[in-house]
Amino acid sequence: MAEFAMSGPAALSGRKMRNGVRGIFAAVLLSLLFIQPHNARADEDVFAGLATTQFNTIASSVDQIAQQGGPRALPVLRALADRKLFATREGDGLFIRTDSGWEDARSGASATPDEETLRPVRVNNRVRLAVAAAEAELELVSGTPAERQASAMLFYQRHDPAMLPAIDKALSKTDDVTLKNTLQDARAAALLSPGAPVSDAQAQQQAVAKLKAAGGLDARGVLAQASTSEALDPATRKAAEAAVSSIDFKLKLWGFGQDAFYGLSLGSVLLLAAMGLAITFGVMGVINMAHGELMMIGAYTTWLTQKAVLSVAPALGSFSLVLAIPAAFLVCGALGIVIERGLIRFLYGRPLETLLATWGLSLILQQVIRSLFGPTNVAVTTPPWLSGSFHLGGIEVTIDRLAIMIFAVVVMAGLMLVLRRTPLGLEMRAVTQNRRMAALMGIRTARVDALTFGLGSGIAGLAGVAVSQIDNVSPNLGQSYIIDSFLVVVFGGVGNLWGTLAAAATLGVGGKALEPLVGAVSGKILLLVLVILYIQRHPRGMFPLRGRGVES
Amino acid sequence: MNASLSFRGASVTAVIVVLLTGIMAIASLLPASSPVQVSPFIMTLAGKYLAYAMLALAVDLVWGFAGILTLGHAAFFALGGYAMGMYLVREIGARGVYGNADLPDFMVFLSWKSLPWYWWGSDHFPMALVLMLVVPAALAGLFGWLAFRSRVSGVYLSIITQALTYALMLAFFQNGFGFGGNNGLTDFKDILGFDLHSPYTRAGMLFVSGLILAGALLAARYVVGGRFGSLLIAVRDAESRTRFLGYRPEQVKLLVWVFSAVIAAIGGALYVIQVGIINPGEFAPANSIEAVIWVAVGGRGTLSGAVVGAILVNLGKTLFTAWLPEMWLYGLGALFMATTLFLPQGLMGLMHHMPKKRPSEVTPEVTNPEGGEA
Amino acid sequence: MSPRFSRRDFTKFSLAASAAMLAGVRGAAAATPKGEPIRIGVLHSLSGTMAISETTLKDVILMLVELQNRKGGVLGRPLEAVVVDPASNWPLFAEKARQLLAVDKVASVFGCWTSVSRKSVLPVFEELNGILFYPVQYEGQECSRNVFYTGAAPNQQAIPAVDYLLSADGGGAKRFALIGTDYVYPRTTNQILQNYLKSKGIADADIMVNYTPFGQSDWQTIVSQLKAFGSAGKKTAVVSTINGDANVPFYKELGAQGISATDIPVMAFSVGEEELAGMDTKPLVGQLAAWNYFESIDSPANKSFIKEWHDYTKNPKRTTNDPMEASYIGFNLWVQAVEKVGSTDHDKVIDAMVGLKQANLTGGTAQVLPNHHITKPVYIGEIQDDGQFNVVWQTPKEVPGMAWSPYVPETKNLIGDWTRPVSCGNYDTVKKACLGAKHG
Repeated sequence: MAEFAMSGPAALSGRKMRNGVRGIFAAVLLSLLFIQPHNARADEDVFAGLATTQFNTIASSVDQIAQQGGPRALPVLRALADRKLFATREGDGLFIRTDSGWEDARSGASATPDEETLRPVRVNNRVRLAVAAAEAELELVSGTPAERQASAMLFYQRHDPAMLPAIDKALSKTDDVTLKNTLQDARAAALLSPGAPVSDAQAQQQAVAKLKAAGGLDARGVLAQASTSEALDPATRKAAEAAVSSIDFKLKLWGFGQDAFYGLSLGSVLLLAAMGLAITFGVMGVINMAHGELMMIGAYTTWLTQKAVLSVAPALGSFSLVLAIPAAFLVCGALGIVIERGLIRFLYGRPLETLLATWGLSLILQQVIRSLFGPTNVAVTTPPWLSGSFHLGGIEVTIDRLAIMIFAVVVMAGLMLVLRRTPLGLEMRAVTQNRRMAALMGIRTARVDALTFGLGSGIAGLAGVAVSQIDNVSPNLGQSYIIDSFLVVVFGGVGNLWGTLAAAATLGVGGKALEPLVGAVSGKILLLVLVILYIQRHPRGMFPLRGRGVES
Repeated sequence: MNASLSFRGASVTAVIVVLLTGIMAIASLLPASSPVQVSPFIMTLAGKYLAYAMLALAVDLVWGFAGILTLGHAAFFALGGYAMGMYLVREIGARGVYGNADLPDFMVFLSWKSLPWYWWGSDHFPMALVLMLVVPAALAGLFGWLAFRSRVSGVYLSIITQALTYALMLAFFQNGFGFGGNNGLTDFKDILGFDLHSPYTRAGMLFVSGLILAGALLAARYVVGGRFGSLLIAVRDAESRTRFLGYRPEQVKLLVWVFSAVIAAIGGALYVIQVGIINPGEFAPANSIEAVIWVAVGGRGTLSGAVVGAILVNLGKTLFTAWLPEMWLYGLGALFMATTLFLPQGLMGLMHHMPKKRPSEVTPEVTNPEGGEA
Repeated sequence: MSPRFSRRDFTKFSLAASAAMLAGVRGAAAATPKGEPIRIGVLHSLSGTMAISETTLKDVILMLVELQNRKGGVLGRPLEAVVVDPASNWPLFAEKARQLLAVDKVASVFGCWTSVSRKSVLPVFEELNGILFYPVQYEGQECSRNVFYTGAAPNQQAIPAVDYLLSADGGGAKRFALIGTDYVYPRTTNQILQNYLKSKGIADADIMVNYTPFGQSDWQTIVSQLKAFGSAGKKTAVVSTINGDANVPFYKELGAQGISATDIPVMAFSVGEEELAGMDTKPLVGQLAAWNYFESIDSPANKSFIKEWHDYTKNPKRTTNDPMEASYIGFNLWVQAVEKVGSTDHDKVIDAMVGLKQANLTGGTAQVLPNHHITKPVYIGEIQDDGQFNVVWQTPKEVPGMAWSPYVPETKNLIGDWTRPVSCGNYDTVKKACLGAKHG
């Protein structure tokens, strides 16, 4: 590792000299202009810098490659970003690893280098930034429409005045309305940023107006900086300040919508976690402390399914989550039936003692998983179609969270259907309402009990699938959900699914509304206290079960 | 459940506790070479078990006799512990690592300039006693008054007691709360001028703990033994009927609830002195559930059973975490399941012959979701 | 639970467990060294919330014991590890520590992860004059005669990490968000960092501090706040002292909201190879961590250590991490000290420790300082898509650990020095005196 060592404090203080220059682009460009004036020579080997071990040399080489363009520029930069670009330990040979073998980076011809002498070209965030910028610069001219739009967005986010010529060039070449608009935003942002060429007050104010119309966090950042920038016209500064407060107001309004989304998304996780409990606890009266562990087993089933699919049919890897849903339901449902037959059925009529027995069971289940799969987290991957986010006006909607919300609603609807429209649901309700009468009518109560518990456990497994996408999957997973789950069921009213839904949504939205105001910890405490006080006023939760049997 | 008669063994247990702790205290002062010497390790363990026994006794009072399944009693235990811990931390004085006579160490290195107002008077032992009794009693009083007045019962009550201790745990975890955050209060030096690490203090503390536990047992027996006790059982088994007879069940419950909280708090204070650390982990809902399990193992509604259960389960935990560090959770889990399945009245039930009712027989009235026991 | 279910799993488990025990503990007696075994204690949680991190360290010590016995033990006698499970329960740590020292009479103890567990056992070690090797990076502000801190002090991790973020290579950050779990390590570290950043000319308005509860799983609001904080037009970096469990959902949320390392880099102090093993690292490429060891560092000693580890755990994919190296260093330093004084007597060993040297796995030397901390190299690594770290920066030579931070006003004059004539953990260099009660 010694050859990679950067000289520490000495290099730091040297770099400090350049701290005054803002932005990677500017720094690189300046170094090109002043330190390496021979840059313009077309015959120079701009790739040679990549073969060094110094990050700043690699980064400036990347920039030179982008400046020079040429057919090899994009393939080399992409290889660099994917860590497929290798350099020889001696000299400056550069090779790209392809699926079938190697190719020479400079010519693109296939090659057979001695792999023993190769090392990957070093990449750090600084190089990555330079690569992204260089790629954007190249793609803005030669990319597909989508790539051009993404490049223009990147220019807008970076708002580096050094890129103004490139922006202008691209503007003159495009007719696409969306692309033009983004480029104009980028141009406006660059004009107002420090280091921009001197412009007249009118152009500046037009830029401010453009950014004000664009809105959003990026525009706000540029405008906030502009409002204090000495380089700009006083009137521009004033206009920028006004624009900032206007954007702030809009952001605040959207912020409520955003918090509502966060709240509903948290609520949907709570709903999924609590729904199974609403069956086993709410309908059957079993205080199942092992409910969280059933969720944990559901999450581990997701992991195992993913592993199995990847080893059998790697092409289907990204859809393993779809397979995990029935798998987790069946595994946890079956386990639930085993638990009911082996333990719970001896304890009917002693609900508080089911708490103790299932607590013991939860300890055992945790330890079983720990011994089988180890105490550490296991990696459940999020498939590409669940990754990322999109904007709905000013609200950023993350796709995994949206999927969980939809999933929760679907599971809830499915559960409602089972309870109301199937023979099993009818029998379940009959048994819970009057066990003896149901038994006398010929219903096999023992079978119904087992299936009901299995259903609740299966739903816990489904919750485990959802949770595996946003939380860590470890033997401790269940412990972090059990208290919240019980709180949701009790807050909503035991035995009422609609109550569970309302409670989950209330707790989710309430929690997320409090969090920005008082912080995550105090928000949670406050919410707990509010629930305690609410139950003091409404001792049977939000949707109390009416009728006989309510008074114990 | 025909448990109302089985608590009569409480006074016997009290005598045994006093005798045992007395003997152990004396034996611990023998020279280490003596074959009957009780080591400091055993002494600290015994002290811890006795403190846990206080908590179990408190749980049994409300669960066994008033039918309130509390899943948050560790809150009162920990509050009592913190009250004592505050005094012990102040008692360190200038002997802390920063030599600051006024501020505890954790406040010094987080750059606090002065003590928060609620630490006022915490350097006086009587104040620690007052805090230890008043704070948990006040919290229990307020909580119980609100809950019992509006007839919150059964699992609803259980879950909000759990929410209460969970909220307190989160609060005490915060460093800004002024109780040392996650690290809690520790590194105590002495109590009332007695060195906490000296064998004499340890012997004395164990004997005092024994006396206090015995006192609590007798007091509990007195409370549940008389007319009030009959009323408690009436409330537990048929709250509505008792109300229709003209009694005020909420007052009965509130009284025993606050009494129980105070016992738990005293247990917490004894715990901190002998274990040497109090931190927010003591508020964890799991701790409260474990306390319920001790009672279930020993025998609910028997007073002595709570003490026996607490000591036996913790002794088992001590032994198995050392003998079978990777398997002990299986044993503990199996113990809880076996107890509920085969010993519905705990070890005490075993002593008083077999229960009259077989566990698998289901009483028809209790199949509603609220559960018949609450 | 049906008997079949439980029996099958139980058998599988007990087979695995007894195999591990045979390999680790019982196997010791069968090796060449003769005589009464020397016992060492292993005090790491094997159940509860901390099992996720601590179980590995127990395995490392068991492996080191086995290797040492194969090499002839210590003083010609075999080593025997006494493993207990303090179950992530802090008072139980104190109880188990007392048991190891008073009942099992161990020569030294390797253990603890969280600060609170260390604080909990500290009075026990001081009362019974035991030796504890503590292998995890921590907040400093402690210097006990009975503890050897082989993990990083803040000046061996936090300060160099922030230096890197301030440097041009690290992006030249001008705005810092300090995000942490609400407990003493993040609180103290962030306090030190705040003072340090101010001394580097960062304004108060450019520092954001946020604390979350343990096991925080919903990071939506905080990540969006980070995003807003990072859009002020200045290069922004995050310094994360988020505790183990909460990291996975935090990084997942960062990925979901589209924040990449090139936008807002996150420098983590508690995320290592072990934590990454539970994450899909593709969205995390370029995020940073500061440690004194990385598995990816290519050195002969590290390669052979990794191989031993894979052989011992029979798992070629099992990762290694920083606290494991710290355990390795601590163990070997203790062996050296015992061999040097020819006895396991606690006082003799403690006194012999200062000045001892042990080669690091990644090159360089760990030397025990008078304040019972050690010298350590500091590395900054960037997460790669294969779950490993790519070292992008390192200190030119080892950094000596400082027990007391010079950036906290209350401790800036304090040093620890357990050699004569000072012999004290909290010596005030201005007042020329030890503060408080003399420890140890």
